[in-house]
Amino acid sequence: MRKPLGILTVVAAVALMGSAQAADLTIGVKSEPNSMDPHYHNLSPNNMLAAAVFDKLVLQDEVQNKVPGLAESWEQLAPDAWQFNLRKDVTWHDGSPFTATDVEFTLGRAGNVPNSPSSFALYTKVIKGVEIVDDHTIILKTEGPFPLMVDYMSGVVIVSKKHGEGATTQDYNSGKAMVGTGPFKFAEWVPGDRIVYERNTDYWGSVPAWDKVIVKPISNESARTAALLAGDVDFIDFPATTDIPTLKKNSDVQISEIGSNRMIYLHIDSDRDESPFVADLEGNKMQKNPLKDARVRRAISLAINREAIAARVMEGLAVPAGQLMPPTVYATVPEIKPDPFDLEKAKELLQEAGWGDGFSLTIHGPNDRYVNDAKIAQAIAQMLTKAGIKTAVETMPKNVYFGKASALEFSLMLVGWASGSGEPSNPLRALLHTYDKEKGMGTTNRGRYSNPKMDNLVDTAMSAPTREEWAKLTQEATKVAMGDLGIIPIHYQVNVWAMRNGIDYKARADEYTLIQSIIPAM
Amino acid sequence: MTAVPKTAAAPTAINVPEDEALPPPQTPFRRFVSDFVESPLAVLGLIVFTIVLLIAVLAPYLSPQNPYDLMQLDIMNGKLPPGSQDMYGEMTFILGTDDQGRDLLSGIFYGLRISLFVGVASAFISLVIGAGVGLFAAYAGGRWDSFLMRIVDIQLSFPAILIALILLAVLGQGIDKIIVALVVTQWAYYARTVRGSALIERSKEYIEAAHCLGLGTKRIIFGHLLPNCMPPLIVVVTMRVAYAVMLEATLSFLGMGLPITEPSLGLLISNGFEYMLSGKYWISFFPGLALLITIVSINLVGDHMRDILNPRLQR
Amino acid sequence: MLVFLIRRTSQSVLVLLIMSLLVFVGVYAIGNPVDILISPEADQAEIERVIQSLGLDRPIWEQYWIFLVHAVQGDLGNSFVYNQPALQLILERMPATLELAFAAIIISIVLGIPLGMIAGLRPDAWYSRMIMSVSILGFSLPTFWVGLMMIMVFAVMIGWLPASGRGDTVDLFGVPVSFLTWDGLQHLLLPAINLGLFKISLVIRLTRAGMRENLLMDYVKFAYAKGLSSSRVIFLHVLKNILVPIVTVVGLELGNVIAFAVVTESIFAWPGMGKLLIDSIGLLDRPIVVAYLLITVLMFIIINLVVDILYSVLDPRVRLGEMKS
Repeated sequence: MRKPLGILTVVAAVALMGSAQAADLTIGVKSEPNSMDPHYHNLSPNNMLAAAVFDKLVLQDEVQNKVPGLAESWEQLAPDAWQFNLRKDVTWHDGSPFTATDVEFTLGRAGNVPNSPSSFALYTKVIKGVEIVDDHTIILKTEGPFPLMVDYMSGVVIVSKKHGEGATTQDYNSGKAMVGTGPFKFAEWVPGDRIVYERNTDYWGSVPAWDKVIVKPISNESARTAALLAGDVDFIDFPATTDIPTLKKNSDVQISEIGSNRMIYLHIDSDRDESPFVADLEGNKMQKNPLKDARVRRAISLAINREAIAARVMEGLAVPAGQLMPPTVYATVPEIKPDPFDLEKAKELLQEAGWGDGFSLTIHGPNDRYVNDAKIAQAIAQMLTKAGIKTAVETMPKNVYFGKASALEFSLMLVGWASGSGEPSNPLRALLHTYDKEKGMGTTNRGRYSNPKMDNLVDTAMSAPTREEWAKLTQEATKVAMGDLGIIPIHYQVNVWAMRNGIDYKARADEYTLIQSIIPAM
Repeated sequence: MTAVPKTAAAPTAINVPEDEALPPPQTPFRRFVSDFVESPLAVLGLIVFTIVLLIAVLAPYLSPQNPYDLMQLDIMNGKLPPGSQDMYGEMTFILGTDDQGRDLLSGIFYGLRISLFVGVASAFISLVIGAGVGLFAAYAGGRWDSFLMRIVDIQLSFPAILIALILLAVLGQGIDKIIVALVVTQWAYYARTVRGSALIERSKEYIEAAHCLGLGTKRIIFGHLLPNCMPPLIVVVTMRVAYAVMLEATLSFLGMGLPITEPSLGLLISNGFEYMLSGKYWISFFPGLALLITIVSINLVGDHMRDILNPRLQR
Repeated sequence: MLVFLIRRTSQSVLVLLIMSLLVFVGVYAIGNPVDILISPEADQAEIERVIQSLGLDRPIWEQYWIFLVHAVQGDLGNSFVYNQPALQLILERMPATLELAFAAIIISIVLGIPLGMIAGLRPDAWYSRMIMSVSILGFSLPTFWVGLMMIMVFAVMIGWLPASGRGDTVDLFGVPVSFLTWDGLQHLLLPAINLGLFKISLVIRLTRAGMRENLLMDYVKFAYAKGLSSSRVIFLHVLKNILVPIVTVVGLELGNVIAFAVVTESIFAWPGMGKLLIDSIGLLDRPIVVAYLLITVLMFIIINLVVDILYSVLDPRVRLGEMKS
């Protein structure tokens, strides 16, 4: 399993020069997928490994820009019809050609896998009709105007109709139905221990340099780092932030990092008059909820020293946030800057809102979900306490936390959000739109923030005839929501990968570890 | 450890229980004390443990900082090595600070308080419940024994960690809750140990002799059965106090247990562990050392007490 | 004996029943798995579809009844997360855990009994004191801390042993095992020592206590008086007597070792069922948690039974007849 580094590099270099000889790669990942079936569970560990074997119509590059995949181009024929032109040189791993019928089959299967704990219907249910023009042209129709078809098609992998028809999740797990168009062929899955891939030498894109890739799940982050340092694996994802300085100093190891699209934010109960964890300084319940006042929310935001959290708690692996996605992403608002740390201004605002004497509050957070989540919650509690808001901290495992958060049992909670489709209307709809069970809006709005003006902008954007118009409306909505501070953004995480010398990885904003992007260093 | 001369006439189980055979001038307690001081290691253990106990009790007066008051913490003081000054030069962190800027010396003092309290309280409550059940089961026998042992079986068939996890998930965080969780996971252990040795003792001749002498049930259980079950029980108790503290640390490691703003030693260790690889050893090392000293001193004392209390090793 | 076995079996069924109910309700009380499993972007219709497809829309007693009816037929339900039979998922991972647990127990016995005997024979010698001091350290340190320390020292700093995983396996009677390959053995060593550390100390202490007590007993004196050699006395007579409490405790501990493998497995990325359990609790995957516990309890009941029988073999004064009623 272990191999001397020098040999690895040499062999890798030889492989790249086109020799038949290539090397094996062993990587350690934080989470294991719970199934090989690419449509079973819409979950990062599943999605990122599915991408090794299967392709999508549209791919996302490192910063979630949409680039051609199995579709070499696309075009919006009408507000409610999108045409995708498929690649003609693509074959499945068994040699059969890839055609539009596979796409049609996939769109039917993706949302309908039995017992799926979270299905891909999210992306496919907007499609009301499929029209196959020829073997390599397909038109997708929606009920009303829908501007985000390209973004949505970057979320669903295409499976083969021949092998997928009638196939169960079990057939994918056993490898029987694991026939894709991707850069790797599936070899075996030993649950809890390893997943093995072999390269697809007939891949339509660039053929991987590795003969074989072995993916090992190692959930403990210290153990994962130790496995890299000990040479058991060549590459790991999510090393602990605390270990980064050591890894950077180690000359055998290198780091690849990029700003993530995952925003860590505070959700605030800005709806109820009596909030469960708001009290006066003596701990007595109050009839009035200061968090309903936008000035108090602004004071909280100003009292938080984002730079200090990024530098001290996150060891530099965070970028202070002022809106829902980093301002480099399409349809965000570059003018919105993160609130500066201003304790005096915060106290003034509290005074102005009539809370100059302060009040008490509990901040809740998970302790096993986001990078340094429990530490961030504590740091924020320190900062709010210094501004006069006496803050206690309670952290709990995610399995307890999220249920309680959704049941509105908290007043101030630390949460994170990463947009799967890589565009800012998604958090606007899920986190900030008025809660509306029927319309599927504000489903994760755990603070029940509500502003009809913003709702209207978001609703209009979602039925905008073009992507440009959608972007403009989305920006307007962002300005309204951030003006009210419906949520308080703290920072965007920085994603990090660590690897032995001689290997390169193009760091990705979506946190995915794509094995096809791990390449021998030049 | 006491030297046990081989020539000593050990009163075996056949004899009448020893308290009735004792020479009158020496009380059992005096003899216990004089036996105890014979071992310098045990005395050292007792002294250290007393100091630890004093520190735990007096923590609020000894600590340079109240590590639980968020007003006094600042993340800008975080992760400072031992001997550093704080930002304003007002205070020196003798053992350094943790990631939240908490003075580790104060954190350890307060943490000792919590860890010891959790360990001792949970061990004591489990001991009382468990020994009671075990003795009763062994003595009563029959249906009662069978019934109680089935309950113990149910209890022991749950992995301790899982009961604690589920209980804490339902109950929430807090010292009282973690004690409840630890007692629930541990009492059955005592019950089974006591019952096991009581079963052997019960079938021995001296108990039959006691029955023949017409001694009361209570007297047989507490006067004869219990003392003879003590040696294994003391081994178990000393290990269980340590175990309770450790289980608490493990639960903290898994994210359950005590509130994060009021760390016990276990929580300090697990918080600091992730800094080990990056060379910030002190965050986890000093609390670990404190934990080690505490447990070792308890064990030294318990170990020696076991030797003394064991009737079969008595001179 | 037969009556005893029948009684035990019927009691065990009752135990399993009560246990499954408690765990069922316990996991139910923690939270709703759908909150964790579902994509945060999903809408209400999707959430309701998932709740329904997992059968979580029914009242808890009905869910339990359905579970029971299936369980009687040997079906412990499908995992919410993996959509595979929970039993199968656990059985797939069980050999790895059992191998680890037995390795830990064997290490603790192989190291613990001789060390304990040495310490018990010459309690005042310096090496005996050292053994005892080290044994105190053995249970004074948290398992997770020791595990990570071992990785630091042996895998990272010295580089003797691999840091994680199970290594190469070969099939022994159709079951994959690591201890028959050199690579697998190397992978097994650190986790097994880590898991066995606590037990080594326990065995040392029990052995030593037993040695010291037994050496003072009359039968030892008689044996010496009869002119038996000291090695014969110690290895035959004394050892047989001290084995009673050791067998009990080690037997009882086997269940605990399997349970505690949870921590070791997650540190060393050992692909056993303990890690599956921790992950499943994290995801509130109730079928797996319940199935895991039922299996563990079953093993435990069997272990207890075997211990009781061994007990009666080793110490004839304890008769099974006493336990039967």
